[in-house]
Amino acid sequence: MNTQVASLKGLTSLNVNLDGMKKTYVALMMEIIGRSLEAASQIDPVIQHEIKRLPEEFSFEMTALPDGPRFCMRKVNGCNFKYIGRKADGPLDASMKFKHVSLAFLVLSFQESTSRAYANDRLLVDGEVSDVMKLIRCLNRMEVMILPKLIAERAVKRYPKVNNFNKLAIGGKIYARFVRNVVTGFTND
Amino acid sequence: MTKSFYEFFCPVKVMAGSSALEHIPYELKSLAASRPMIITDKGVRKVGLTDHVLSAFVDTDMDIELIFDDVPPDSSLEVAETAAKLYREHNCDSIIAVGGGSVIDTSKAVNILVSEGGDRLADYAGIGVLNRPLKPFFVVPTTAGTGSEVTLIAVIKDTSRDIKLYFSSYYLLPNAAVIDPRMTLTLPPHITAMTAMDAMTHATEAFMCMAKNPISDAYATGAIKKISENLIKVLDNPSDVEGRLELAQASTMAGIAFSNSMVGLVHAMGHSLGSLCHLPHGLCMNLFLPFALEYNLKEHGAVFGELLLPLAGPEVYARTPASDRGRKVIQHIRELRDILHARCNLPRTLSETGKVSRDQLDKLAEMTLDDGAVLLNPVEVDLDEARAVLEKAW
Repeated sequence: MNTQVASLKGLTSLNVNLDGMKKTYVALMMEIIGRSLEAASQIDPVIQHEIKRLPEEFSFEMTALPDGPRFCMRKVNGCNFKYIGRKADGPLDASMKFKHVSLAFLVLSFQESTSRAYANDRLLVDGEVSDVMKLIRCLNRMEVMILPKLIAERAVKRYPKVNNFNKLAIGGKIYARFVRNVVTGFTND
Repeated sequence: MTKSFYEFFCPVKVMAGSSALEHIPYELKSLAASRPMIITDKGVRKVGLTDHVLSAFVDTDMDIELIFDDVPPDSSLEVAETAAKLYREHNCDSIIAVGGGSVIDTSKAVNILVSEGGDRLADYAGIGVLNRPLKPFFVVPTTAGTGSEVTLIAVIKDTSRDIKLYFSSYYLLPNAAVIDPRMTLTLPPHITAMTAMDAMTHATEAFMCMAKNPISDAYATGAIKKISENLIKVLDNPSDVEGRLELAQASTMAGIAFSNSMVGLVHAMGHSLGSLCHLPHGLCMNLFLPFALEYNLKEHGAVFGELLLPLAGPEVYARTPASDRGRKVIQHIRELRDILHARCNLPRTLSETGKVSRDQLDKLAEMTLDDGAVLLNPVEVDLDEARAVLEKAW
């Protein structure tokens, strides 16, 4: 009996460690996604076209419930997203909420696409539907442009036809802008 | 393929069949309600359908306190807020919705206000805002198509901002759906056909789209079998009580299926067409169904090919090679639409509606991509592809 209790305690502590690792990974990935989307919105005309059609000052969050990792973004300059960070700077227009940090982990570790997570009731989407759809297309496009095809294929429903040279050029610029934004902060140029 | 995870939820008590309406007083009493308000529209009241509900309360110890019949086809915040005010003034304690989609959605919205308090319905818009049970709420559908009696969503227009507000909560689900064949017996043929094709589309998309699951599949196939076996029979003999009941049950079953597994491209295009050109939802569903299936055929035909069994029966299913069943499903639906066109003049193409111009196709394609239903279509759709499907539907 004592051995069983000891092994259960061991299992619980292992689970706690794994959960902690998942939470750290999700928090890191959310920051990377937020900042990548910010950078992509400054470089990629396809993403800029989608953002242009969103309401001015449109803002959204992605989070894991109940109080897990989170990031917020806001539309600025007519066609860019600005990474706000964990705390919103005003009321939010849309949200994508994972029901649990482990479910966010499934998506952010590319085991499940965003649409699959939504289909599997793991993800709650709130806000004006047409705006959320534009937002999802922005996220999909960003993933396609910055991730290797092997990984991006797992993140989106269908990997689109993209010119590899174009992908390399835009992807490279997004990475460079990502680094610059992290070092110097968001700039308009 | 086994789905890695799914949820299924339907706590609505379904009371279906002969004299179903007469069960309402007992069921209300069991929920400690005794002063119900009927919400309906003028058309439903004019053809005497609310009288069937009133007669169910004769010789009981409760009365209908109030009938609100001012629900328009496209309901608004103001209508729901007015109805809620009257509910309070008459000290009602429960709601019976008698009507189609607009009446049912309005009733859900009224129930939010009278249960939660306040006068501003817009404050409760969104997902999961409600967090406690609402007042007793029964739905008596008068069309066999929307399935709203078993869905957790209400869509209400905010006329001041010209947008549609979505209310979504498990607490919006009615306590009971009352399916009584008397309520659909007088539906004219073209509405019978249109609403049945709406239910057919709910079931087909529920079976085909990404959130499908084994339980919703069972409801979807059951609904399709009932529609394919009874729609033409009812058009031949509109007073066929048994056939009417089968169609009404099919609509509820399809509603249960799609409220759990959602819909796809047909609805994305249909919502856009309905909104842009003000065409009835069922008409749009009938119009786009085969074209969206064709779009999904190559990658997903093997899945929806299984619908050939409930759609065409065991003989056709058995003699059709598995690889050909998806195509055969589309062919069968096209043949059904041809019959409905010949008998009720139900349009099969955009041009046959007479209300769509070709220069609206670009806008329609754009709206289709912005509709949430496209997210769960099994095959990804981009702007050019949506435009191409619309072109085929022209």
